[in-house]
Amino acid sequence: MTQLTLAEEHGHIVPYSTFITVWVILLALTMILTYVAKTFHEALSVWAMLTITPLKAGLVFYYFMHLKFEGPLLKAMVFVALSTLVVFIGMLFFDTSFQ
Amino acid sequence: MSSPAAQAHTDLAHAEAHGQAVHRDYAGAKIGMWLFLFTEILLFGGLFILYSAYRAKYPHEFHEASNELNFVIGVINTVVLLTSSLSMALSISAVQKGNRRLSMIFLAATVVLGGVFLVNKYFEWMVKIHHGLYPNGPELLKRKPGEILFFGLYFTMTGLHGLHVIAGMIVLSILLVLLAKGRIGQDDYIKLENGGLYWHLVDVIWIFLLPLFYLAA
Amino acid sequence: MSMAAVAAHAEPSFLDAGERKGLLAWVLSTDHKRIAILYLTAMLIFFLVGVTMGILMRLEQLTMGETIMKAQTYNALFTLHGVIMIFLFVIPGLPASFGNFFLPILIGAKDVAFPRLNLLSWYFFMTGAVLAVTSLFTGGGPPDTGWTFYAPYSIRTGTNVSLAVFAAFILGLSSILTGLNFVTTIHRLRAPGMTWHRMPLFAWSLYATGWVQILATPIIGITLMLVIMERFFGIGVFDPAKGGDPVLYQHLFWIYSHPAVYIMILPAMGAITEIIPTFAHRTIFGYRFIAYSSVAIAALGSLVWAHHMFTSGISDMASLVFSLLTFLVAIPSAIKVFNWVATLYKGSIDLQPPMLYALSFIFLFCIGGLTGIMQGALAVNVHVHDTYFIVGHFHYVMFGGTGFGFFAALLYWFPKMFGKMYNRKVATLAWFPIFIGFNVFYFTMLVLGWEGMPRRYYNHLPQYHTLHVLATVGSWILVGGVLVLLGNFIVALLKGQQAPANPWGGISLEWTIPSPPTVENFEEVPTITQPPYHFNPVVHR
Repeated sequence: MTQLTLAEEHGHIVPYSTFITVWVILLALTMILTYVAKTFHEALSVWAMLTITPLKAGLVFYYFMHLKFEGPLLKAMVFVALSTLVVFIGMLFFDTSFQ
Repeated sequence: MSSPAAQAHTDLAHAEAHGQAVHRDYAGAKIGMWLFLFTEILLFGGLFILYSAYRAKYPHEFHEASNELNFVIGVINTVVLLTSSLSMALSISAVQKGNRRLSMIFLAATVVLGGVFLVNKYFEWMVKIHHGLYPNGPELLKRKPGEILFFGLYFTMTGLHGLHVIAGMIVLSILLVLLAKGRIGQDDYIKLENGGLYWHLVDVIWIFLLPLFYLAA
Repeated sequence: MSMAAVAAHAEPSFLDAGERKGLLAWVLSTDHKRIAILYLTAMLIFFLVGVTMGILMRLEQLTMGETIMKAQTYNALFTLHGVIMIFLFVIPGLPASFGNFFLPILIGAKDVAFPRLNLLSWYFFMTGAVLAVTSLFTGGGPPDTGWTFYAPYSIRTGTNVSLAVFAAFILGLSSILTGLNFVTTIHRLRAPGMTWHRMPLFAWSLYATGWVQILATPIIGITLMLVIMERFFGIGVFDPAKGGDPVLYQHLFWIYSHPAVYIMILPAMGAITEIIPTFAHRTIFGYRFIAYSSVAIAALGSLVWAHHMFTSGISDMASLVFSLLTFLVAIPSAIKVFNWVATLYKGSIDLQPPMLYALSFIFLFCIGGLTGIMQGALAVNVHVHDTYFIVGHFHYVMFGGTGFGFFAALLYWFPKMFGKMYNRKVATLAWFPIFIGFNVFYFTMLVLGWEGMPRRYYNHLPQYHTLHVLATVGSWILVGGVLVLLGNFIVALLKGQQAPANPWGGISLEWTIPSPPTVENFEEVPTITQPPYHFNPVVHR
């Protein structure tokens, strides 16, 4: 059981430019999402929402929240937590979709 | 390792010994914070479960009701929070590089942007409340059930989110003070990282709230 | 591993250590062992309060019509009996008491990962308890909704639902903090050489339980908040008049409350898994199966919640899916039962009190589990839902299971925790009324329910009368035995004999340190080189 010293941590300081790039992408995705939602019919905008929104969230998790640079344990834990929520919603639809 | 057998441990010394151990377990502190974030994800998750069930049940009414929200303010607030996440992340890189002043500036900017978000939200809510479109409000009760639910969920979810923004601002302000005093620095910044994680999650939740409420039309 | 017992008396035990003395030394302490005892004491008091409510309910059922109370009181009693037993005793249960005390010791650590959060969890627990008790006496009176607080009645009733539900919310925070602490502790604080597969199985069970506490509890948190929001602001999510769906309340409620039963049972199973090898003097059969089955139960158990709702109007598709998954979740539980029994085979069985209650656990849990499977069948469920069959079932698993597991753990670990040995003959004698009374009481309920007696009914029809009287008599026998069992411990605290470091001949880490332990548990952090439960055929006394 070794503890991470902060000196080791200095090995991955994320550059300012990476964060700024991610931020620009997030803004762009937001604009695209809004445009699609407001311009096109229901089905397409729902698809846009279902793809673009998790992508934005993923960028925040991976870069801003440092998940990309974390070990497999933390990544696995995040996966478990998010899957749990997705499974709950999915299982609920066995009831609500078939009423 | 325990001290010589003859020395009695006071509770305080014991706590300090453990407090120090906790501070030195960087990875453990981070795991603990992520586990806490999972509880927040599931907390809001319950509301997302409700939203998805009711959206499936009342697609048309949700569509109509969404039109009544001002999507421009929604988008502006999204930009505000995304930018606050940027400044939060920059604040951490700055402290890791040993640049305390810059880190404090970015952190303060994060708090300010959080405040801007809340001000926008306040005006948004006030407009709706003024028009009687709030839970048990006179105008809302005249609407169709699906619309009543849309606004019920809107106020509940953005309200709970707003409370988390306030909590986040308080936490970040405390961290700002600690940073100023040198209690957070290049050698020990886990508190700032953990505070940042919380703030980013608040941003992620808003990323989902935007299309659910403002872009459902 | 060296026996530290000889060196022990140089260091004070955790019971005596510290400059601060008295109550403050305890309620401000971040020592996991003291926090465990704070929890244990409070929980046993709440257990007795819950028992009292149960006894009163059974007295009411001695006659048809009014016996000692009016219907409204009866409704309040079964509500509070459920709330207190579930939220103040069974859910905190073994994790808050024995988990807090022994998890760090079992993995060779000095404390949990976040000792101050640990103390905070106890503060939340006590706050929630005080609020729950307050709801008895304030507002519109004690809630009468049942512990499940189903909408729309919970939205509309004038009784003090909001305060009770808020209390449950605070108690949820306590549970979350415990789970978060244990998961982190197990990841970060295992002693050198203690790989995951050398970890005691009680720790594995606490790990699986911790994840359920973290992921499921927030759902009940938001659900309870929504009940309060509905009562105060009328948002409409559970109100049919506004388009809301009360069945969605049930979904959200059970998404937590079903996994909650696995929070209740997994640690008890873990404790049993510690006890059986010790008193069979054999290594546990199928270590990895038991370890992984804990995780499997936690995972699968999160997917079966709607089996509480088969008669609520859910779709046929949902009924099918949830029924199938309910049958599947029995498999990992059964694996544990097979492994425990296999451990006994060719073992040298010593029927000490912990073993007696542990073996009873297996028997009673099987009845509880099998009746659960019966309920999972849709055709059966239609008939037994909301009858005494269900009440019998869950008392078999929660009381026969977790309750007996709790007693077994207490009998096993009491000497270690307090340094005193209780009267073993009395503990064994108490078993008879407990076991006999338990079955007379709850098996009768299974029959009552099978014959159609509904639950939460103040009155009963003449055809059920004899069985109700029988059940009530069983409750007296049971409670008499429980009081003797618990009283025996109190006597032991006051004038029990000094207990040795290893009264049972166990070989996990807790038996290598003094009884009671010192503040930091270990003189030296142990290095682990062997799997757990590697018994030599030598009996320590």
